[in-house]
Order: sequence, then C-alpha cells, then structure tokens
Amino acid sequence: MNQQAPAAPALPVSLAANPKLSAWLEFSGDGQVMVSPGKVEIGQGIVTALAQIAADELDIDLSRVQMIRASTASSPNEGVTSGSLSIQQSGRALRHACAEVRRIFLQQAAERLGVDADALDIEDGTISGPGNVTTSYWELAGEVSLDRDATPGVKPKTASRRALAGNSVQRIDIPDKVLGRPRFIHDQALAGMLHGRVLRPENARAKLMELKEDGARAVPGLIAIARDGSFAGVVSETEHGAEAALNALRKGATWSDGEPLPDENELASFLKAQPAESTIIDKKTAAQPGTVARTIKRQYTRPYIAHASIAPSCAMAQWDGDRVHVWTHSQGVYLLRADLALVLKLPVEHITVEHMEGAGCYGHNAADDVALDAALLAKAATGRPVRVQWSRQGEMSDCPFGAAMAIEIEADLDERGEIVDWRHSIWSNGHAARPGRAAQPALLASYELANPFPRMISTNPPQANGGGGDRNSIPLYDFPSWRIESHRLTTMPIRTSALRTLGGQGNVFAIESILDEIATERGEDPVAFRLRHLRDERAKDVIRAVAARAKWKPEKRPGIGYGVGFGRYKNTGAYCAAIAEIEGAEEISVRKLTLAVDVGEAINPDGVVNQIEGGAIQATSWVLKERVRFDRQRITSTSWTEYPILRFSEVPDVEVEVIQRPEIDPVGAGEAAHGPVTAAIANAVFDALGVRVRDLPITRDRIIAAMELSS
Amino acid sequence: MPSVRFRLNGAETEIDADPDRSLLDVLRGQLRVTGPHFGCGAGECGACNVILGDRAVSACDTPLWSVADKDVTTIEGLGTSEQPHPLQRAFITEQALQCGYCVSGILISAAALLKRNPSPTSREVKEALDRNLCRCGSHNRMVRAVLRAAEEMAAG
Repeated sequence: MNQQAPAAPALPVSLAANPKLSAWLEFSGDGQVMVSPGKVEIGQGIVTALAQIAADELDIDLSRVQMIRASTASSPNEGVTSGSLSIQQSGRALRHACAEVRRIFLQQAAERLGVDADALDIEDGTISGPGNVTTSYWELAGEVSLDRDATPGVKPKTASRRALAGNSVQRIDIPDKVLGRPRFIHDQALAGMLHGRVLRPENARAKLMELKEDGARAVPGLIAIARDGSFAGVVSETEHGAEAALNALRKGATWSDGEPLPDENELASFLKAQPAESTIIDKKTAAQPGTVARTIKRQYTRPYIAHASIAPSCAMAQWDGDRVHVWTHSQGVYLLRADLALVLKLPVEHITVEHMEGAGCYGHNAADDVALDAALLAKAATGRPVRVQWSRQGEMSDCPFGAAMAIEIEADLDERGEIVDWRHSIWSNGHAARPGRAAQPALLASYELANPFPRMISTNPPQANGGGGDRNSIPLYDFPSWRIESHRLTTMPIRTSALRTLGGQGNVFAIESILDEIATERGEDPVAFRLRHLRDERAKDVIRAVAARAKWKPEKRPGIGYGVGFGRYKNTGAYCAAIAEIEGAEEISVRKLTLAVDVGEAINPDGVVNQIEGGAIQATSWVLKERVRFDRQRITSTSWTEYPILRFSEVPDVEVEVIQRPEIDPVGAGEAAHGPVTAAIANAVFDALGVRVRDLPITRDRIIAAMELSS
Repeated sequence: MPSVRFRLNGAETEIDADPDRSLLDVLRGQLRVTGPHFGCGAGECGACNVILGDRAVSACDTPLWSVADKDVTTIEGLGTSEQPHPLQRAFITEQALQCGYCVSGILISAAALLKRNPSPTSREVKEALDRNLCRCGSHNRMVRAVLRAAEEMAAG
C-alpha cells in the first residue's frame, strides 16, 4: 500500500484569506484586546462566542475583550455571516490567530525576562515565570509587531485546557438591549442627519410613468426629491417630514401595470411548468438492484416565506466628494460594497461599508437594498448623512422571500415494504441572490434606475457549500440506491433569496414525512425505523436522546399526536432530532417540542440552546401560519394581520438537550432545528388525525382538504 | 405650533408639535428617546410599547394630544444600569432574547402586567404579551424571565 505523506497543516479558511494577525486582534494601551472578526452580530450571539474563544486562547478575562464591529475599512473579509458558518469560519480563525499571538508574546517575554518560554505562564494577560518575574501583553505590545502573517501548524489549546469555551457566559450585547440603550442602527443619529424614504409601486415591477412633485415639495422640511427612472425618493430634515413628503409623492405617481404574478393556489403546477436548469445532485447505484413490489409517490410543497424581521430595514449613507460611507445591518459588508461599486460606478476603495446591529434577519432581507437606497438618496444631500428606513409594508413585500418549493419523492418498496430505490426531485427558484457574488448587482434599486441592471435570477450554492434548493436532499439513510434531481427555475416573477436553511426545511419535511408514512405502513415504530437505516452514531445518538427525553412513544390519547423528525443540517453540520406533541382537530396547536442537538464543541451551550429553541419556535410559526400571499398583480400579505406569525399564547414548550462533544470542531446551530421540527409537527398531525398534510402551512383549510382527499 | 405637556419617565416635558402626530414619532424624533422601536406603525407588533398611566399601549398609534398631562414611561424609565428594574435583571439572567429589537416593548408590556398583577401565572404572562411579536423565538425565555422578576419582586 502506498503511504501518503501527511498533508501540510493548513490555516483555517478565514485566516488563509486574511493572514495578517493584526487584522484580527490588537492590544490597546488600557489593558484591553480589540478583536475584529469579519462576521457580524445578527442576534445570534456570535460576538460573545467569538470573544469567549479569543479570551480562552489568550488567557485573559472576557471583560478585557472589546469586539470591533465589521467594517471594510479595517476588518478581515469573511464574506457573509450566513449558513451557520460563523463559529466554523471565524471561530477557528480567531482561535488559531490568538494561539499564535499568545506564542509570539511568550517568546518575547522569554527574551525580555531571560527565562525559557516553556517556564512562563499567562493569567489574565499577565505573563509570569520562575523567580516572580512578570510582564504582560500590554507591556510587551510596543515591542511586538502583529503585522505578520499567521503560520500554519500552531496548535491551539486542547479542549480540556479551555476555561471559557463550553461554558454559558452571558451575552455581551444583552444589557444594552434590555436597558434600552441605543445599540441598533435604527437608534443612531449622526451629526446633521437627514431622513429619506423611497417610493415603491404596489404592483410587482410596475414602472414609474409620471411623477408630480408639487405636493411633496410643499411639505415643510423637504430637502430634495430624487428620481432616476422608476427609482424615486425624498429627503427631509425630519423623519416625520420624510413620511409626509413620501405620502404626497405617492399621490402624484402614475405607474405602469407591472408584471403578472403566479396563482398562489397553484404553486406546484406553476413551479413545474417554468423553464428550469436541471441538475443531478447525487446518484447512488445498488450493487444488486432489489425487486420492486410497488412504488409510492408523494408531492410536498412549501410556500414563499417572508423573513419578516421585526424591524424594517434601515441604513445610513454620507457622501464626501466621490467617496461614500455606508452604515448597514447587512450580513456581508464587503459583498455589499462590491455591489454598491457596480451600481454607483465607483472603485471599491471609495466606498466604506460599516456594520451596525439590526434586528434578526434570518437570511437575506432588505438590509442590502436599503443601503443602496440610502447611498442614492444621500447623493442629493450635499454631504449630509441620510438615514433611510423601509416601511412595514415594504419589508413584507419588496424584500426577497424564501423560495416556494415543490418536492416529489418516489420510493420503490420490495414485498416486505423495505426501500429499494429512492428518487427525489425539487422544483424551486434558486435560494440565493446575495450581493457581491456576480458581475451584476443584487440590489433592488439597481433594477429601477433609468439605465437599469438586469434583475438577478436566484441561483443555488454548490453542494460543496451545502447546496440551495437541494440542501439536505441527499438521504442520510442507507437506502441501496437513489437519484436526486433539482430543477432551478430560470424565471423569477417573485423575488427569492436566502432564508434560513435555504431548501433544507422543505427537503427534510419531504424526506421525513414519506419515511414516517413508509414506517407506519410497515407497522414499524418510526424511531426504530430511522435508527435501523442510519450508520452514523452521532445521528443515532440525537435520535436516541430525543426519544428518551420525550419518553417515546407516549400512550395514545384522543386529540393528541406525536411525531419525530431528524436531519443533519447541510448533511455536514449540526445533528438535530425533534419530537412534537400536538393537539387539535382542525386547528392545530403544538404543545411541546423536544429536541436533541449535536454541534460538536458547544462554545456557549446556552447560546446553542437559545438558537435551537428560537429555530424550533420559528419553524412552528412557518409550519402553522406562514405563507406569502399574492394576487396576480401584487403581494397582498403586507402587514402582520395578513402575514401572521406565532404569538406568545401559541408557542409550544421547548426542551433542548445538547450533546457536548468538546473534542469535535464546532458547527453552527441557527438552522439545525427548522427541518426536523417541520417534519415532526407534520408527522404528529398524522398521528393525531390520521391524515397526511403535504402542503405547508398546515392550516385548518389544508387539514380539511387532506381529510376530504383521504376519505 | 401648539405645545403638549406630559410627564416622560417622571420628568415634566413640554413639546411643540402637531398634536395629531404619533407619540412614537415625537419620542424618537424631537425627544431622541429611542428605546421604543418602530416596527409596523399600525399597533400590530408592540415594539414601540410605552406605559400610559398604567396600561401598555403602542406609541405608534397613540396621538400626541391623548397623552396631555399624563404619565408616559418608556424602557428608559424602567431602570438604569446602576438600578435596573427586576424585569431587566431577569431578562439578563435568563438571556431572554436573541436580536432584542422587540424586547423594549415586551419589557414594557410585562412591567404593566406586574403593576396590576404582581404574581401572574405563566398563562397570564403569555396573555399579557400576546400583542407583542417576537420573530427570533425567544418567547419561552421571556415568559420565564417575567415569572422570575415577579418572584423577586414578591420576595422584596
């Protein structure tokens, strides 16, 4: 057998892309460490987890770590904060960078103190050695340059020597938020700041034919009316004035009819009828094909789902000659900058994009769109900063949505009801149209200009990055053969982009639903069925853990149902199993969700629980309530009345068990629960009512329709 | 411009503004009180809740004239970093939020509840918060935090 030489140690991906150590951290004069990740806080607690990693590796108290907000002026470029990758990418890079910095300082201390580096110890940044010699990071900071590249092969601490990682420390951003201190971009006021609002049509993609400006011009405080093709907006001294001017401008606007939208009640046939790019995602061939006794074929759908952030998107921009500074809650400051450069026709060096916290976004919402809006309106503000905030209606209708999906699974069964072949097909728009990744911009206003850019059609990330519409479509089970196919639409009447899990929620719903059906038909317990078809012990462990915790399967009671669902996010990330307990007949309420999750090393276990709980509750909301509504002209679900989400009185109890594996590299938790919870609820509905609802959301109407179909 | 007087977080406040404007607009605009957050502008999400007298109301659909001579409490008036309200302490202890944009309105609804019902049940807390929306799914932690604060306040 050929012996391969061990691969040379490699730097973590983010560090390889941004090797300068000083880009990641710096010691300040007052006993602090400034840590600069390229990932941003979007309410998931990432900044705290990254601070824990840095403090651990440097042997300093957590209170000494100052986390710097990402900015294209200084931060490492870590692309976008998405895909539950921040712990994996930023965490590993910081851990490595801090370990190397620690070693550099120990060597410097050893020289200065005249002792061996191995004899030195660090406690809260103070470096001490034999004979009571001491110094510190801060004393040595002037002698050590971190303007050097990270080197591969540095070994961070072993799991057992970490003091903070693995502990539930309190999030550093929470006190500000509960005390009402201005922390959100929405609450900032720059000196001399003006307020802008953008006029947008009700009908999809309608063009602005005529604009009478007199009404708006008469509103006190008006600074400017901006117009470029179908893009129009106002700038005012006050927010109130901007709103009033916008209302006046709306009255003076004449729009074209716009472009037709699909029939919201015929989503599957719409999706299947569109031109599409078809890809074989995976194919597995059995050594010996089994004998097919019968085939079951099922279709599952999920609707367009809104990100529906609680805060309307907001941004600020200020021009200085031919340079512009943009403040944004975008998930990717560098990517937004690239798109701004395309639209504004500026070199990227002329644009600074700085992150400020916004509300939870759950994917690609209007954060980036509003940043371009602000940059365009600020052009009319003669150097003063302009703050733009979208309306609730805009947030619910002009944002990209999570893509609707139709999923068909055909399972060939042998005479014992065992699966011998499996075919999974997906019809869906692409699940990603984020900025900064193409030769054309992904920003709404860029399609509205007099010289518009072509509308971006969403694509899917490659399988190596977890895929898009096909995310989680390859079975984790040991079926002998399968064929997975994805049809990505090449038309896009309704704008879609990344929403938590991309296609993962839909695919896990479909797979776990049909498995439940096959197990039930065999008369086999669905937990036992899954365990029998899994080879990965970590997968089996989360299922066994959740079954034990939920005392699977509780005795049958009228009106109550129990269901299970399992998935490993992206097939490479966090393992999660869920059991749902539901109650109801026509109106379903989810009483309890029990989950078990394995993210490898959980840096902040309470942070993991918080993310899983949140994901489980959000998924319950998607499953029971959420569906973007539209007629043939426009999006109609433009308020919380028309797009209801789960309320306090409807929220299930949620119990989460984290299986800690400190020796295994950590992965993110934010998207692990959605698929398994969706499937668990659907399977519990069957357990309670004896009907399979295969079209989300599971509403009263859908249950009645399914009952009529099965009777 | 007519002026409207009211007490904001205990301080006598006089503001020159159109009395038909929303309280939220005036708080966040002229008064630079940014704790109450704009969420929908239609009284549907609770992110802008303030206590008016002893009730939690959404400031976005409360006209300025209607608060004349009344007491308005925002999140800023609930507690300070030196002396946080028991609810604020409990929300930190329970890590009862994710993004936190809705939380100032939720703390206000909870504070109004505890004023009229110092020892609510979990169901009563959920009912009191039912008009507040949270998109991150932090509901259960928030309910636990409110119950914790109630216990702490009862213990004195």
